[in-house]
Amino acid sequence: MRVVIAEDLTLLRDGLTRLLEAFEFEVVAAVDNGPALLPTLLQHRPDVAIVDVRLPPTYTDEGLKAAIAARTAIPGLPVLVLSQHVEPLYARELLTASGRGVGYLLKERISDVEQFVQAVQQVAAGGTALDPEVVSQLLSRREPLAGLTPREHDVLKHIAEGRSNAAIAAQLFITEKVVSKYINNIFSKLGMPPSDDDNRRVLAVLRYLDA
Amino acid sequence: MSFGDRVRAGLSATGHGVVAIGLGLLNGPVLALWLVGLVLSPVPMLGVDLLHITTMVVRWRADIERRLGASAGVPIRRPYRPSPDRAELGSRRWARWIITDPATWRDMAWLLPGSVVGMTLGVITVAVPAYGLVGVVLLPLWLFLGDVWFGYGVFWPTATVLEAWSAFPQGLILVAVGLGVAPLLRRADMLFARLFLAPTKAAELRLRVAHLTTTRADAIGAQAAELRRIERDLHDGAQARMVSVGMTIGLAERLVRRDPGAALKLLAEARMSNTAALVDLRHLVRGIHPPVLAERGLEGAVQALALHLPIPVEVTSHLAGRLETPIESAVYFAVAEALANIGRHSRAGSAWVRLRHTERRLFVEVGDDGVGGADATRGTGLHGIERRLAAFDGTMMISSPSTGPTVMTMEVPCALSSPRT
Repeated sequence: MRVVIAEDLTLLRDGLTRLLEAFEFEVVAAVDNGPALLPTLLQHRPDVAIVDVRLPPTYTDEGLKAAIAARTAIPGLPVLVLSQHVEPLYARELLTASGRGVGYLLKERISDVEQFVQAVQQVAAGGTALDPEVVSQLLSRREPLAGLTPREHDVLKHIAEGRSNAAIAAQLFITEKVVSKYINNIFSKLGMPPSDDDNRRVLAVLRYLDA
Repeated sequence: MSFGDRVRAGLSATGHGVVAIGLGLLNGPVLALWLVGLVLSPVPMLGVDLLHITTMVVRWRADIERRLGASAGVPIRRPYRPSPDRAELGSRRWARWIITDPATWRDMAWLLPGSVVGMTLGVITVAVPAYGLVGVVLLPLWLFLGDVWFGYGVFWPTATVLEAWSAFPQGLILVAVGLGVAPLLRRADMLFARLFLAPTKAAELRLRVAHLTTTRADAIGAQAAELRRIERDLHDGAQARMVSVGMTIGLAERLVRRDPGAALKLLAEARMSNTAALVDLRHLVRGIHPPVLAERGLEGAVQALALHLPIPVEVTSHLAGRLETPIESAVYFAVAEALANIGRHSRAGSAWVRLRHTERRLFVEVGDDGVGGADATRGTGLHGIERRLAAFDGTMMISSPSTGPTVMTMEVPCALSSPRT
């Protein structure tokens, strides 16, 4: 799997490259600033881009803007955005165009190497991976989505974090069958027509963010 | 200024002229009242209260003049010394506060001359257009009343019908001149009043120094408290956790050959502590200078705040650039506090934030449709906002009737830097 990295801190950039290569990813390019990102992505067309929010030259949200621009230029380009802090506002902006192939994680999640690699693969495959912190911030502010039971709400939260049915089942100590029953309940309660399951998961997350 | 505007200004100034005549009549009695109060002030028990009341009457009269001044384009600031603390209210202190304030005596000095000047100019303001108006309607009046030949303007007495006809244009000219001059006369009256009623240079400086002393003390106090909080948070939070990470890794090092399983467990533990330390640091950073504020400026940061509230918050913003960092930060925390209050107390169904920058001032409004009853003198949070803004000469006002809704308005003088590219 081919990866492009945008990260300005050398230590982190090299560490990330080493880590991904250890898991058989191919890091085709690593840039250290915002403006260089889009041309690099256009040139290499990677399977996934891993982008830091704060990049030179402005050291503000350069990376986020570049990531959103890249997704406009290359529709469907999977992007995993990393940051020192997470904002629901940014998550919403990332997801506005399309929820497919988007990840938004705290940098410190990298330290749980296996879960991080899983998230990268998930995003590359077109899934969604939101940081539990974003999800919990969204969760704390809103009344539960109309009509969802607390348990269904929990399941939706795990979907937003990018977990598979099996992972959700393990987390909640229930069987996968029960999980998919909950998920079907969620879909019908959110008024989503039956279609390709993956796409509906993403739609559910978007609905969740917009609540 | 268009013709219509001039007419309107003239009419309004003439109206104020009438008001000035009425108010001028008040001045004499007000002065007499105060002198009675002053003479009776040594009387035990009642004397000081009487002086206080009569002084308030004088100040009420002077304040009316200041408000009129503002409406005539001559702003006159209040010059009075701040009143002594009500808790340590001794009658002698009260009397001293009133008697030793030069502004009290300047008010006195103004009352009579102010009355003379105000009434004279008021009479002129009203009389000229009134006489002009008479000229305009004179001819039909004559024709209606028959041969009652008086006189008008330059023809006195009026001898011929032609001369009678000429009253009309003369009257028109007088009305025009009267209305044109009226605003100038009002202005002259107010400039005269300002000589007495505005703070002297010394008083102005004294007020400014008093303000600066308080706000500086507040700013320094707030900064010191903030530094103490940061130090404590670092010490008890991230620092302590990093110490434990170091210890755990050290232990793992010793165990790695003898008992790799245990070492692995310790390393996992170290990683958890490390994550916890990062969480602490992130919260700390958010409290010092929120990253979203650094990245998006006030607009974006307020939008991010709005997303944290359980109710819909509409954010409208018309800022053409970025504010200076310290002001941005102060306003951000003020809005954060206001929104938090809405979340905690208002029971509102929706809220809104408006940001606007005009004439080198930033205006921020935070409102909700909740229950109201917020009181700036009670909550420490609101008081904190006031102090934060005061350091930048900013002000906060809150309107929150007990039936709701609540609207908080903040105003900070500041420049806007050119938009980021």
